[in-house]
Amino acid sequence: MQQIFTKAMARNIFLGGAVFFLIIYLLLTYDTWQKIPERDHANLMTASVIHGKYLVDTNDCIGCHTINGEGSYYAPELGNVYKRRGPAFIRVWIPAQPTGAPGRRQMPHFNFSQKQLTDIIAYLKWLSNIDTNNWPPNNQG
Amino acid sequence: MKYQSQKVAMPYFVAALVLFLGQIVFGLIGGLQYVDGTFLSTVLPFNVVHMSHTNLLIIWLLMAFMGAAYYIVPEEAQTELYSPKLAIITFWVFLIAAVLTLLGYLFVPYSELARVTGNALLPTMGRGYLEQPLPTKVGIVLVALSLLFNLTMTLIKGRKTSLNYLLIGSLWGLALLFLPAFYFPNDTVKASYSWWWIVHGWVEGDWELILGALLGFILIKMTGVDREIIEKWLYIIIALTLISGIIGIGHHYYYIGAPEYWIWLGSIFSAMEPLPFFLLIFFAFKIFSQRRREHPNKAAALWAKGTPVMALLGAGIWGFMITLAPVQYYTHGTNFTAAHGHLAFFGAYAMVSLAIISYAMPQLRGREANSMKAQHWEMAGFWLMVVGMISITLALTGAGIVTVFLQRAAENPLSFMQTDHKARVFFWLREYSGIVFSMGLLAYLTSFFIPGEYEYSEETKKALNN
Repeated sequence: MQQIFTKAMARNIFLGGAVFFLIIYLLLTYDTWQKIPERDHANLMTASVIHGKYLVDTNDCIGCHTINGEGSYYAPELGNVYKRRGPAFIRVWIPAQPTGAPGRRQMPHFNFSQKQLTDIIAYLKWLSNIDTNNWPPNNQG
Repeated sequence: MKYQSQKVAMPYFVAALVLFLGQIVFGLIGGLQYVDGTFLSTVLPFNVVHMSHTNLLIIWLLMAFMGAAYYIVPEEAQTELYSPKLAIITFWVFLIAAVLTLLGYLFVPYSELARVTGNALLPTMGRGYLEQPLPTKVGIVLVALSLLFNLTMTLIKGRKTSLNYLLIGSLWGLALLFLPAFYFPNDTVKASYSWWWIVHGWVEGDWELILGALLGFILIKMTGVDREIIEKWLYIIIALTLISGIIGIGHHYYYIGAPEYWIWLGSIFSAMEPLPFFLLIFFAFKIFSQRRREHPNKAAALWAKGTPVMALLGAGIWGFMITLAPVQYYTHGTNFTAAHGHLAFFGAYAMVSLAIISYAMPQLRGREANSMKAQHWEMAGFWLMVVGMISITLALTGAGIVTVFLQRAAENPLSFMQTDHKARVFFWLREYSGIVFSMGLLAYLTSFFIPGEYEYSEETKKALNN
């Protein structure tokens, strides 16, 4: 085997395989990039949605929650929370935290203004309309 | 150890182990908060504990990889490191940046940290593993550039081995793959798609090459087997890694808003991702069985054999469990992923780091191997950590199963909080397992404080009397 299959051949398979599949991946990514705006309704990303997203990021919401299944598993999914709870509930829930209920997981208190809450809700609404191939399986996320 | 400049690896290894201990402390706190939500919740909210836990993991692994590179590259190149002084300056810059960032997490509210560090100029914060403020991210790039400059200059002036090309090449890859951290589009689907360039690109791509290089170096040194054979094996293994793993990134794209074709592409290619890990086990055990010498560092041999086995379990088997799209439809975003993440990060990257530290540290301290007494402590640490991490993984898998049956695939699905309440027993088991793991880490760290080196004459006498 040593003479038939040399180290140089193994190296060439490695380099060739890596470059070949990287090119395929780049082509697929180009195609995906064209399709994403349609699937997530990028045209509905208003200034309010974008600001809401900035607030979600800079308060580290995914440090406890998931968005479309990505983040931490300490608190409920946010990708479909708009559909699960509705805007009125969310507007009341966030400022009411923490509950302080003994032993229950606590959400920190964020001093959001009404305008900021409106933006966060706009972002959550935008999230809930992304075509995620029917995930999650049900409303509970 | 053949070159004086390899000694710069020592502070990197020491810092890596201290940060590792810090990571485990945050792991224990976070684990307890899963069952008692009010535990420390006002001073250390869970998200702060979580990002401290994961960021310390990344930082200590990078410390260990860098230390390993500074140790290995001169020995392979058969020349002194280009600039030992630069390596030491880089160490302090990296350590101070890491500590300041951690203090920022702990004592400044995250939104305030974002404001004072200029996140609005170029938003990068608020993504998993990439929570660092902008100045820290820039610092990471500068540290990487300094490392790569130093190593590449050493390579140029010295002997060129395949192993050195592989190690330095994959460290270049690591640095390049970090650059998308500065690209954080407003479109959440694009943001999540590109986040995986870094996370998948590191742990299911580039870092496997680093793992191969570190393990390959240990095998060459400890077994005396011809490097041509070892390097050929390495190329075959990493070829399989990238052939399966590049399109295998699709297993992260099923349910985040990317097009449907990723369901097929991701499932087919990622199903092959365990193959290189099977081969890695076969390779490591075969090379050890063909060894031409008995190396006195038994603990390092144990780490080197344990790494591919645990990497197969964590990355290969636990990864495969949740990789096929129809399964992931129910397991996506559950503790199944946390189970896989824990065993894979530990089994592959933590263990290979501990393996190279185990091999190199005695040499850096001027001996071929530690006394058998110290090695026994180290090996006890190995087994406690391995058993602890396997049972953390089983407990989190149990919690994942509860979620699938009560929340995801149930006729009358329970809410997230109700489901997690039903899974309490598994979260307690995870915490107990974490305590076992911590005992293992303490035993492991104790081994560094037991003096003395391996005594050939005494150990031979003992062996003959048996």
